[in-house]
Amino acid sequence: MTENSDVTEAVAQAHRHEWARVLAVTVRVVRDLDLAEECVQDAYAQALRNWAVNGVPARPGAWLTTVARNRAKDLVRRESVLRSALPLLVMDDVVAGPEDGAGPHAVGDDRLRLVFTCCHPALSRDARVALTLRLVCGLSTTEVARAFLVQDSAMAARITRAKKKISAARIPYRMPAPGDLPERVGSVLDVVHLVFTTGHAAPVGERLVRRDLVDGAIHLARTLHELLPDNGAVAGLLALMLLTDARRDTRVSEAGELILLAEQDRSRWDVRQIDEGTALLTESLRRAGPTSYSVQAAIAAVHAEAPTWEDTDWAEVVGLYEVLRRLWPSPVVELNRAIAVGFRDGPEAGLAALAPLLAEPALGTYTYLSAARADFLRRLGRWAEAATSYEEALTMTDNDVERAFLVKRRNEVATHLD
Amino acid sequence: MVKYLLLIYGDEQIWEAGSAEDRKEIEAGHAAFVAAAGDAVLAGHELLPTATAMSLRGSVAGRPAPTDGPFLESKEVLGGYYVVEAPDLDAAIKLAERLPELTVAHSGVEIRPINEPG
Repeated sequence: MTENSDVTEAVAQAHRHEWARVLAVTVRVVRDLDLAEECVQDAYAQALRNWAVNGVPARPGAWLTTVARNRAKDLVRRESVLRSALPLLVMDDVVAGPEDGAGPHAVGDDRLRLVFTCCHPALSRDARVALTLRLVCGLSTTEVARAFLVQDSAMAARITRAKKKISAARIPYRMPAPGDLPERVGSVLDVVHLVFTTGHAAPVGERLVRRDLVDGAIHLARTLHELLPDNGAVAGLLALMLLTDARRDTRVSEAGELILLAEQDRSRWDVRQIDEGTALLTESLRRAGPTSYSVQAAIAAVHAEAPTWEDTDWAEVVGLYEVLRRLWPSPVVELNRAIAVGFRDGPEAGLAALAPLLAEPALGTYTYLSAARADFLRRLGRWAEAATSYEEALTMTDNDVERAFLVKRRNEVATHLD
Repeated sequence: MVKYLLLIYGDEQIWEAGSAEDRKEIEAGHAAFVAAAGDAVLAGHELLPTATAMSLRGSVAGRPAPTDGPFLESKEVLGGYYVVEAPDLDAAIKLAERLPELTVAHSGVEIRPINEPG
């Protein structure tokens, strides 16, 4: 008998690392997303029981794939008459690799097929994100619903509709043709980035960071980079996520309090991740020129390279935001540029740069605009206005860690008021 | 193989304001589309302007109510269609991408799979 906790941990780990691969291979056998999912869930349930008795296998992924695939074959055989009437996923038999996924490429291609199917542009962006989290990252429907602030039932309906569309409209289960790749990769990167940002600063809940989402996004981008090593946009997004995530452990104190970039312990930043991110950034710029992801990565790299907050090259940061606003015009980019201007030229200049954004409807309920104003006002000693801005920011956040931080700052400011 | 309906939408006023030369160009575009698509095209027609249309509205009691004009009043109207056959959605998209209406900004194509029971 293997220790129960060891088995649970081994299954959990196999779930994190192998889910997409196991599912992708199973989908290839049954050509039906729902049925494949059922078989894979079944295989994980069997693993919990079987591994406790027989020990954790040397290659858990291979064990799970075999069990899920055999179960799928059984079901297909038994239901073949019924199933012949149902639409099956379209795939190219010619290019389908060996069923046991021998070489690394056969395996990788299977996972990529799954990713590209989930991120097909015929699906809405919401549906793409939901399907990718559910099918590729293996999150439960409840977890996906929680990450995107919708009811379980609504998320379940969204996922079901998307799966129906895949089979009814005959969205193919395959890698896009080489000519379509750049465009299709864009839609995948968009989803991966959204998963990452949702995990990096969770919009709601007790924790600031949702590691499962962040890890899932990085893992997906790594897989894409392994399989499409020449794609500069993929390298750019992976660089951005690694450079941002390198600060993960210093963003929240042991007591669970938010720590801003200025106060973070830079000696605890993940140097290995920063080095890898910087190398990928260089590669991305060489292959694809500046893209919205690589420019954001470059901004993260400027922060990573500064030995202290005071040494940050703010002129460089502002310059990069000017490049970014041309590649990706958005109110959030304008906000970040204005904040950087404030650090380059002083809080007075920062307030002036923020002023035109106050009328921007897209930022009407955006916490960080009020929080940034509050911070500049605080630095200028304009205590009453700062207090009002902190109050304003507080009405807009649903994240407990951010809330606690804003309350603390508001109380500090309030001591100057009497 | 799956059948798809390609619905061509566009701004009717712009279509009607086009010169004889513009029309010729679009017609040539469609001839090229049909030639390139070959057997994949099962049917297709240009529709007469919405001014020639009438609609019947569903009615629970009694006969449906007839009205003048298209069913949905909008600036972008249905101007023509094709029924095509393709192995999957990506192939249908590839076909539809060749339609001449996709070279101007005011028009577009909706791709809908056709339900074939049985």
